[in-house]
Amino acid sequence: MFSSPTPELWPAPLRPIAALGGLTLDLVSALGRFGRFFGQAVGYVVIPPFKIVRLIDRIHFIGFRSLTIVILTGAFTGMVLGLQIFLTLSRFGSEAYLGPAVALSLIRELGPVLCAVFVTGLAGSALTAEIGIMKITEQIDALQVMALNPMRYLVSPALVAGVITFPLLTAIFDVVGILGGYLVGVELLGLSPGTYFGEMKTFVNMSDLMTGYWKAISFGIIVPWVCTYKGFNCGHGAEGVARATTQAVVLTSILILVWDYFLGSVLP
Amino acid sequence: MIRIQRLHKRFGRQPVLRGIDLDIATGEIMVVIGRSGGGKSVLLKHLIGLLRPDSGTVAVDGTEITRLRGGELDRVRARYGVVFQGGALFDSMSVAENVAFPLREKSRLRHAEIRERVEEKLEQVGLSDMGHKNPAEISGGMRKRVAIARALVTEPEIVFFDEPTTGLDPILVNTIHHLIVELHRKFRFTAVMVSHEIPEIFEIADRVAMLHEGVIVEVGPPEAVRASTNPIVQQFIRGDVEMVPAGQRR
Repeated sequence: MFSSPTPELWPAPLRPIAALGGLTLDLVSALGRFGRFFGQAVGYVVIPPFKIVRLIDRIHFIGFRSLTIVILTGAFTGMVLGLQIFLTLSRFGSEAYLGPAVALSLIRELGPVLCAVFVTGLAGSALTAEIGIMKITEQIDALQVMALNPMRYLVSPALVAGVITFPLLTAIFDVVGILGGYLVGVELLGLSPGTYFGEMKTFVNMSDLMTGYWKAISFGIIVPWVCTYKGFNCGHGAEGVARATTQAVVLTSILILVWDYFLGSVLP
Repeated sequence: MIRIQRLHKRFGRQPVLRGIDLDIATGEIMVVIGRSGGGKSVLLKHLIGLLRPDSGTVAVDGTEITRLRGGELDRVRARYGVVFQGGALFDSMSVAENVAFPLREKSRLRHAEIRERVEEKLEQVGLSDMGHKNPAEISGGMRKRVAIARALVTEPEIVFFDEPTTGLDPILVNTIHHLIVELHRKFRFTAVMVSHEIPEIFEIADRVAMLHEGVIVEVGPPEAVRASTNPIVQQFIRGDVEMVPAGQRR
């Protein structure tokens, strides 16, 4: 275990270096705890006994409860895309490419990212708050003294539920978004339906779908991982839970964007 | 028997336990008293394996639990029942589901048997018609009784009570105490209770240990503790606010 050096014990000129060293050690130590937490959670995914009922509950918690917000935001994202891309393409006389432009934007990029961000706001924050409250009200201690591992009971099912639900939610977001783009492009702005969908078949291929799929799966790991970790490590009282929930949403959103850029660079 | 030897624990630079030595006999009700923030709950968390000491040992029937981890510690915990200060009821479950939870997760009993056992326990704590309610819908006293029912449903050999009557009115305090004594008489478990309900706990304890500034300053039967000449004990029992001179401590 690392222990931070105490800068006040160092000679004055060396204190900034000691402070920097302390900060680095704290950061490495926190990253280590974060990684170990993930390792343990993955371990309990593959080591029986499996908590099937708990997994179904988490699928309902993360997946089903996010459905309305995913459909709503998906529809309006598609409509905005349809409108803006149509206006841009019409300057070059290339309105025919509206369908593939909307579909590619959603499938490769916006679908997985926006869906993950919205689900973080809805289900991720709730995960952090739920586990945080369980911690401060000794419910996690109660699980432990009942000889039940809290990681197996609270974290691993959420992780598996994330991997199952995120690709499905993303697929729904994509489909609804494409229909939203259709509504604006075809029904409002007069593009022919055959052009909208026909060109889509030409330009969208399997690798685009797989890029979106891998992104969705990885976000399905990141969101429950960060949110349950923050819940487990929240501070004292209502303020501690509130701070942990905010940190979870902010950190998850940043990680989603960073990881999206990384995957966008390495995936075909 | 639970044997605590030279138990030390500090949080940062703050020492909380400074060498606890205490034996708790099988089947007795041992009540640990002391001022708030004096380390009583920290001591209890060491006994149930939620905290690890900096040094010293806790042995349950000869098994040193401070060295145990994972499955080995779980096997010792399977003999425990714990009533937490706030009840620690799972708020996503009903009262009956809370009581059934340890059996559903850890026993091989069938549904009908679990239901029967849960009804029996709820009846013993006087809440037989409350099973369908959510913990948020019942009063503080009822929540404590549900927590007691949940702790006892697995018929544990050792039951830990962390301030089971905190925040309750005097009538409810006595109700909970009588319930504990009645259940103890019936099931003969070893009870370790942390409390500062003076003088009520003298009525129910077989022995009382006074924890002060991280050490046990007095231990014995209730009447002996009451008659103790130790000024710290007397100050605590009487609830005096004046400070005990440093020279007279212990």
